[in-house]
Parts: sequence; C-alpha cells; structure tokens
Amino acid sequence: MQGKGRAVCVGEDIDTDLIIAGRYLRTKDHGVWVAHVFEDLDPSLADRINGAVIVAGKNFGCGSSREQAAIALREAGVVAIIAPSFARIFFRNAINVGLPLIECTLSCIEGTPVFFDFSEGWVETEGNKNAIHPLSPRMQKILEAGGLVKYWRTAR
Amino acid sequence: MGTLSERILHGTAGEYVDRAVDRAFVHDGTGVLTLEAWKSMGQKRIHNSAHLHVLFDHIVPANNGTTATLQHELREFATSSFLNFSDIGGGICHQIMSEGIVLPGEVVVGADSHSCTLGAFGAFATGVGATDMAAIWMTGETWFRVPESVGIHLSGTFNGAAEAKDLALTYVGKLGMDGATYQALEFIGEGTASLPMDDRLTLCNLAVETGAKAGMFYADGVTERYLAKAGHLVKSQQPGPCRYVRELDFDLSDIIPVIAVPPRVDSIKPVHDLEGLPIDQVFVGTCTNGRYSDLARFAQRVKGKKVAVRTIVVPASRSVLQDAIQTGVLASLVDAGCTIGTPGCGPCLGAHMGVLAEGEVCLSTANRNFKNRMGIGGEIYLSSVATAAASALEGEITNPEVV
Repeated sequence: MQGKGRAVCVGEDIDTDLIIAGRYLRTKDHGVWVAHVFEDLDPSLADRINGAVIVAGKNFGCGSSREQAAIALREAGVVAIIAPSFARIFFRNAINVGLPLIECTLSCIEGTPVFFDFSEGWVETEGNKNAIHPLSPRMQKILEAGGLVKYWRTAR
Repeated sequence: MGTLSERILHGTAGEYVDRAVDRAFVHDGTGVLTLEAWKSMGQKRIHNSAHLHVLFDHIVPANNGTTATLQHELREFATSSFLNFSDIGGGICHQIMSEGIVLPGEVVVGADSHSCTLGAFGAFATGVGATDMAAIWMTGETWFRVPESVGIHLSGTFNGAAEAKDLALTYVGKLGMDGATYQALEFIGEGTASLPMDDRLTLCNLAVETGAKAGMFYADGVTERYLAKAGHLVKSQQPGPCRYVRELDFDLSDIIPVIAVPPRVDSIKPVHDLEGLPIDQVFVGTCTNGRYSDLARFAQRVKGKKVAVRTIVVPASRSVLQDAIQTGVLASLVDAGCTIGTPGCGPCLGAHMGVLAEGEVCLSTANRNFKNRMGIGGEIYLSSVATAAASALEGEITNPEVV
C-alpha cells in the first residue's frame, strides 16, 4: 500500500476529545463529526486535512475509545497519520476503519509532500527516506481490505 | 510462570494471539456504532449472547430525541437478541461488571477505554473500539498483542487523608500519559493486601491514562471474599517469576493528597500547592470514584454541614445507591446540599447534565481533565474523594489533611 499527501503538523498527546468532542457523539451522521473534527484543538484544521498526511507527536489518539475519532479523520479526507507512537485503542480503531497509521519519528514541515509505502516500509519527505515500524501481519491484512468490516465481508 | 497477562493470554510478551473472550460489553455510546458495524459485516451472527452485555450509562436518561432514538434501537436489539441488558439507572458498565460478573483469569473486553478497571479481579481486561467489538459479537474472539508488563510494587498502608485515588494520580504523574503504552501494569507486593476491591478498581481504572492496555491485581483473599458475597467461589492467583520491562516502588505511607491540573492527567501537584483556588462545582462519581465507599467517605466529611458550591454526586450503580439509602449516607448527602444524579457516568464526558460554563472550575473525582471535556472553556481538576469533600465545604481547593 502506497500513498501521499501534504504534511499537516500537530503536537504530542492529542486526545480523542480534541479530535471529536463528546458533545458531538450522539449521532450516526458522519457529516457531524467531519464538521467538528479538531474543533477544540484548532478549528482551522478541518479545512486543511483533506488530502493531508497528519504528522503528529507521540501518543496520538490517547483517551477515550470513541471510534468516531478515527472515522471523522478518514471521512475528512486524511490520507494517513504518522507519529512516533499511537494510543493503542486508537491504533486498532484507525486500522479497523481503513485509516493508515504509520509509526515513525518525522520532523514535520507544514505543507511539504509526504510519500509512504507500507510494503517497502518507508516514508519519504524532503528527499529523506525513513524506515517505519511495520504493522503486524493481521493489521496489514485488515488495512489492505479497507478495514475490519470489509475484511469480514470479503477477505474471509 | 510469566506475568499475569502472559498467563491469561497464553503467550509471551510481544507475541500476537487469538483468544476467546469470556465477557464483552458495550455502553449506549459505543453500542450504537458496534451495532452498525455488526450489521455491515453482513453475517448477522451472534456467537454467544450469554457472554455479551449492553449497559446504558453515558447519557442516562436520554437527553433529547436523537439520543432517545439511538438508545431505543440498541435496546430493542439487545433484548430481542438476548444479550444481557442493563437499562438507564442500572449504572456504569465497569461498575456493574465488577458486581459479581467478572472473575479472575477471564479475558474481558469492553468498548470503553476504562475497561481496564476490571483487571482489579485478576482478569485481563482491556478496551477496544466499536468495530473490534462487532467482530467479537460475531466470532466470540479477538486478537491481542501480549503486552510487556510494568511491575508496580506497593508497600505500607495509607496515612491520614491519602487514598487510592491519590496513589493512582501519583503513578500516572510518574509514568506520564504514554509511559506504559502497549504495556500492562501489575500491582504487586505486600502493600496490596491492605487494599479493598474498591481501591483496586480505582487503581486499575487510571491505567489507561498512562497508555496501558491493562491494570491488574493478582486475585487474593480480598478478591475471594468480595466475590463470595456475589456467590462465586474463586481461587487466588500466585505471583511467580516473571520479567517486567520496568519496575516502580510506592510506599503507601508516603502518598499525600494530590491533584491533576488541567488539561493533563499526568500534571500532578500536591493539594497543598493549590489550596485556596476557587471552584464552582464539585463532582463525585464515575468509574473511578463512584462506589459506595467513596460516597460514604464523602458523606462522613459533609454530614451535618453545608456544601459551599454546587455539588453533584452520582452513584456508580443502582446497588451503590441502594447501599447509600440503607445506611443513611444518601440522607447525609442530600441534607448537606448535594445534588444526586441517576446512576451512570454523570457529567464526566460533558455530553449532557452538569456541563460547565466558560471559565468555570470543577473539582472532580473522575479520571480525565482534557480541554473542554465537561463544557467549552470549563476547567477540570481531578482529586480524591476526601479532597473533593473538604473543598466542597470551603468552595475552594482545600487540603483534607488540615480540615
């Protein structure tokens, strides 16, 4: 699996409340989550993450298990998220909804193109290639299927 | 022998395993998405409904038509598919699962991050998201990466006003918000023997605030006696030789009342340093500190007095509420001016009642103080029950040691 996008930089320990606040959870309308994604972190992010690779600090997605956080980012057009580490429930959730996560330490320059290749295990920006921590074989299969729902519908 | 996680998951740290799940639960928040994902998976198969629980706790009773409709749909599904169902007023999922359902050695998965609470029984208990849970409904199993473990050695007994919550915040401060990511915390040592189940539940509850996937105690005589009251005869688990990636030591007698300063759970200061900070609201409850012993300890301090700020007390379950009624704790709370909420999560997640106004400060016994969590522009300081009670009476952060 390969992909590319513009880098959007965010900080460390971004919790799922900051990705989508509790006050917006009681709906099945994905549009509500897209409209309010990152609202309490930086409302301008919502307009910038379509087609973006989010480059974050450590522990991205900590806090609540709300899967709406991963769905909101995917639906908002995020191509992938790169961080040195992810909170583990968010990690599973993102792969389960088909949103690629890349464990890698990368210095972020806002707006620069970022390329990644899961099968070869690298991420490249500003001409520098960095090795990524590979997904487990199971997670790779789920991600390649487009998420756990599709994995169960088609891959099995 | 291995760590408790390795023994329960039948694997060594770092290994990926598939394991049958003994108990799986969702609440009204995560259950809606779980049901959606389960339907989308197309097989419409429930592996074993007797192992599955649906418990309404997050927005109870429903606050508007949208919530009511979502809850109606999930309620109909749970009852018609013979899942174990607890409706509004029953209480918080983790609390109900701790009242004689989860047993030592079990694999327990909840669609809520604080599912780690149930590791207090010597179970491997962890949180997952809705889609993982949907697959568990369908297959009865899931995959795990067997975690490395952090050994937390406890010695001594608590002194003065310090309580389990102060130790919990202290270890979160020491490890940091990602200090144990992908790992499990094991609470061990002679200091564990003095800790009742309520304290162990509080300590395991905060494990996820360090990024840990589980917080665990070995089942012992305390666990046996607690579960015997619920009609279960269980055996103790003996710790054996194992490898910890990191070890921490805490002498309980050194623990002092502390507070987590917003917006980080690992930003810990002694209560002493914050004394006199004005507060607008006190909240006592949640899966961290809404059990009977918490309500009783709060009541002991406010009995015969009046709280100086609005004080919301939310019992963690109906059973907690019933105990509080029978012993007079509830009357003491009401007489002191406290507002009593429906058993459940209360204002913790900021989705319905007890929301803060911009610029307001809440002292809460919950487990998260993230930005805007209980209302836009409101600030949440996290403390023990004793600190919350002393502060409620003064209308400002107050050291429970001095009162």
